[in-house]
Amino acid sequence: MVNKLFEQELQVINVGLSSFADSIQQTGGKALHLDWRPPAAGNRETGMKLALLVNDPKVEAANRTAFERFLAAQPILIGVASARNAIPNLGERTLLHAGPPIEWERMCGPMQGAVIGAILYEGWAADHDAARKLAGGGEVTFAPCHHFGAVGPMAGVISPSMPVWIVKNQDRGNLAFSNLNEGLGKVLRFGANDASVLDRLKWMEAVLGPAMDAALKVLGGVELRPIIAQALHIGDECHNRNAAASSLLFKKLTPALLKTDLPSDDMARVLEFIAGNDHFFLNISMACCKAMLDAGHGVEGSTLVTAMARNGVEFGIRMSGTGDAWFTAPAPTVAGLFFPGFSQADAAPDLGDSAITETAGIGGFAMGAAPAIVQFVGGTPQDAIAYTREMFHITMGVNGGFTLPPLNFDASPAGIDARKVVDTSIAPVINTGIAHKDAGVGQVGAGITRAPLECFEQAIMSLREAA
Amino acid sequence: MTTSQRMIKNLYRDSVSLMQFSEKLRALEGIKQASAVMATENNISLLVEAGLLAGAVPPSPNDLLIVVEGRDEASTGAALDSAEAMLKAKSAEAGEGGVRRVPPRSIQMGLESMPSANFVLISTPGEYAAAEARKALQLGLHVMMFSDNVSMEEEIPLKRYARDHDLLVMGPDCGTAIINGIPLGFANVVRRGDIGVVAASGTGLQQVTSLIHRFGAGITQAIGTGGHDLKSEVGGITMLQGIEALAKDKSTKVILLVSKPPSPDVMKNVLDKAAQSKKPVVVEFIGADPKTITGGNIYGVKTLEGAAVAAVLLSKGRAVKKFSSALPAKYKSLVKPAQKKLKKGQKYIRGLFSGGTFCYETVLLLSEALGKVYSNTPIKKDEKIPNVWKSLEHTVIDLGDDLFTQGRPHPMIDFRLRNERILQEAKDPETAVILLDVVLGYGSNMDPAGELIPAIQGAQKIAAKAKRNLVFVGSVCGTDSDPQNLSRQEAMLREAGVLLTDSNAQAARLAAAIVS
Repeated sequence: MVNKLFEQELQVINVGLSSFADSIQQTGGKALHLDWRPPAAGNRETGMKLALLVNDPKVEAANRTAFERFLAAQPILIGVASARNAIPNLGERTLLHAGPPIEWERMCGPMQGAVIGAILYEGWAADHDAARKLAGGGEVTFAPCHHFGAVGPMAGVISPSMPVWIVKNQDRGNLAFSNLNEGLGKVLRFGANDASVLDRLKWMEAVLGPAMDAALKVLGGVELRPIIAQALHIGDECHNRNAAASSLLFKKLTPALLKTDLPSDDMARVLEFIAGNDHFFLNISMACCKAMLDAGHGVEGSTLVTAMARNGVEFGIRMSGTGDAWFTAPAPTVAGLFFPGFSQADAAPDLGDSAITETAGIGGFAMGAAPAIVQFVGGTPQDAIAYTREMFHITMGVNGGFTLPPLNFDASPAGIDARKVVDTSIAPVINTGIAHKDAGVGQVGAGITRAPLECFEQAIMSLREAA
Repeated sequence: MTTSQRMIKNLYRDSVSLMQFSEKLRALEGIKQASAVMATENNISLLVEAGLLAGAVPPSPNDLLIVVEGRDEASTGAALDSAEAMLKAKSAEAGEGGVRRVPPRSIQMGLESMPSANFVLISTPGEYAAAEARKALQLGLHVMMFSDNVSMEEEIPLKRYARDHDLLVMGPDCGTAIINGIPLGFANVVRRGDIGVVAASGTGLQQVTSLIHRFGAGITQAIGTGGHDLKSEVGGITMLQGIEALAKDKSTKVILLVSKPPSPDVMKNVLDKAAQSKKPVVVEFIGADPKTITGGNIYGVKTLEGAAVAAVLLSKGRAVKKFSSALPAKYKSLVKPAQKKLKKGQKYIRGLFSGGTFCYETVLLLSEALGKVYSNTPIKKDEKIPNVWKSLEHTVIDLGDDLFTQGRPHPMIDFRLRNERILQEAKDPETAVILLDVVLGYGSNMDPAGELIPAIQGAQKIAAKAKRNLVFVGSVCGTDSDPQNLSRQEAMLREAGVLLTDSNAQAARLAAAIVS
């Protein structure tokens, strides 16, 4: 190889002093100067651990396996059932929440509000004070949705009686779950818990959930990847913009619903409810992504990131090769635009499991397909494309099923490689709504944020190589 | 006077561009001092020591810290604003079709833009260099580590991995190399030919390749090994690989090795490998007795110039003459006129060097001719100069020593320190000869003669006031293809009265003859 070098054209990657690249070019050589900075914020131990993993054959092999399983997933929306019946091993007095584990005392305002709402909804307590006491008294078990194959937007609170979407990955048989979207305004996921919120939840349990399940039974399930693929061609990125996907799903559900024996007044309210919520598909998009990523989880030695989630206090990630471990850092604030009357001072830190969409290569990663989204941060369609292009540098490959028209129908970046994140210091980009920091106020804006690099650095340090 | 500071988050620039940038800031209206650095612990403590920072701030190596001292808050504030604007302007370059592109940040990302890259040149701060080298090797790329301050504990596994995968690691602390005709790091533009060089010393490599060019021959490859390679812990891995590669290389007819004398076990392995090459191998172990370097195809020499001469002769198929230590006739004629200029009390040589190996070779040759020579890099322990800032009898100083380069560019780039020292030596009535090296090539100052001449003239003025004259002797290491142009630089120095020789060794001999 040394002698081969003497016969080849010298092509130099220059790391450090830029003048060295200039002199190579001036003498007729080829040089590429890197915009280098010390990886892992200059932590040498992490830097060396990372270096040893770069192009390591065992890691490469593990990542191929994990990535192939992730890409091969065929998520089908098969039905709706109560969390109690759908989610295996969910305890009776258990409340699931978004993000990495967190105890009641440290939960952010919207999450505490949602917990109180869920306790009242389940009838475990009669009023707010009693609910608060119960939550703090250790009689309710809190667990991340992710520990049960589930995902929930914003506070992400799922209680046993709530209806959940059931998504099955046809390829490997794994299941994923998400609650049903309540719409905008005063809703549980932003911590609202008054009577109107609880009434809506009861209606969703009694009418909407069973209606959806019946329609899905008529349809024999709905393949989700084609809907997402199509929505990406109509301006959605399926995280912060679901207008197209919700409409596409509505088109599928309506004829099926009409074949069920749903009473006509229920039928009308169900159809109105779906038609009135541009985010109806969000939770399904999330469960679809969760089903895909879980397929790639648990491959020894793999650096595929399989979850990014926030609980409003901490941002956490999970990686395929590190099992159930979470790697966390303080949840970042979101740079964005605020609805009239609100400002950054009102914003809760980043919240919700919805970053599962970015983890799976849509959302912020597919922003190029959804130029309308960048308006939230005062950007241009070019900026949207730039965000997507940037994400190619930290992903293992592309998802051929999801193509992006503004990028000349290039496939979307897919499969975050924690090594590349640490090596380039390019943090995954996330499109997200912004919750008010106080319970129950609701969404106050939307914007763009980045996953904290510290999470990925910890994950790299924790990786044990496959034997 | 007031000082202000600003931290710019997540912006990395290399130390050389930051030094240039700091210069620009100093030129701003109302600004007296300015420094832009990466906010590492070391840089922060340097700023505190310099009085530019009132107290230590928490280190954050990915952030850029700017400190300015100026007339008033209005001027320091304005300077910080324009500094930030200048730094940020660069990163906002738009790509194709108005879409912003992230410039490549990692070696792996670099490979996406340059898929046939085969080489990585690393000049990051030493603490990060080993990790970058490791990545490069694992990606199947050859490496040159210009970075210094990399420990042998880090160097050894890198070199073993490289050897096992038939890859080259030149360095750490490899200042120069020429691969496939392309100068890397601090290197000269040298004609291609049939002499292959492996050198453990940067300026040693520059001297032999420049002289080969000057003598009309050329090189195939010039491989640097870094200064630790021939220690027994490392075992000469890179030098052995280099010899083997040059032995196999069809274009290489003669091999030339340069190093300080290796440890005996490594020396044996190197000479064995050289013998196996079946090509003529010229060996310059600087300071070793050439008689100890033997073998059928091995030619032990003395001095870097001797090495270049022998290699060129062998390349032309001619016999290598027995080595002579005498001053060549063309320089002998310079001795008497120079001596005439000196007053009685002017007895000593003051060597002020920018190249470490030039300094070392000079100490060796002057000791041989004159006896005691004080230096910061002495051969004998008792000849270590007690105070590096003040010369004593014959003194030869390496200004590239870490001691002088903390927070300051290398003396091959920044002549301020050497120029100040020239003036200082001129004031000493015992100074007879000021002996200099001048290094051309990429990486070095773009007009070294232009930098030195005002100091030389200043020194002569100081001497003249005391009714003295000074003799300047030096050599320029470089070629006429270098960006500075050898002949122009030599002409300027001659014009300023400097007695020039072709090589460092001859300059030392000429200086010694003048004070003898």
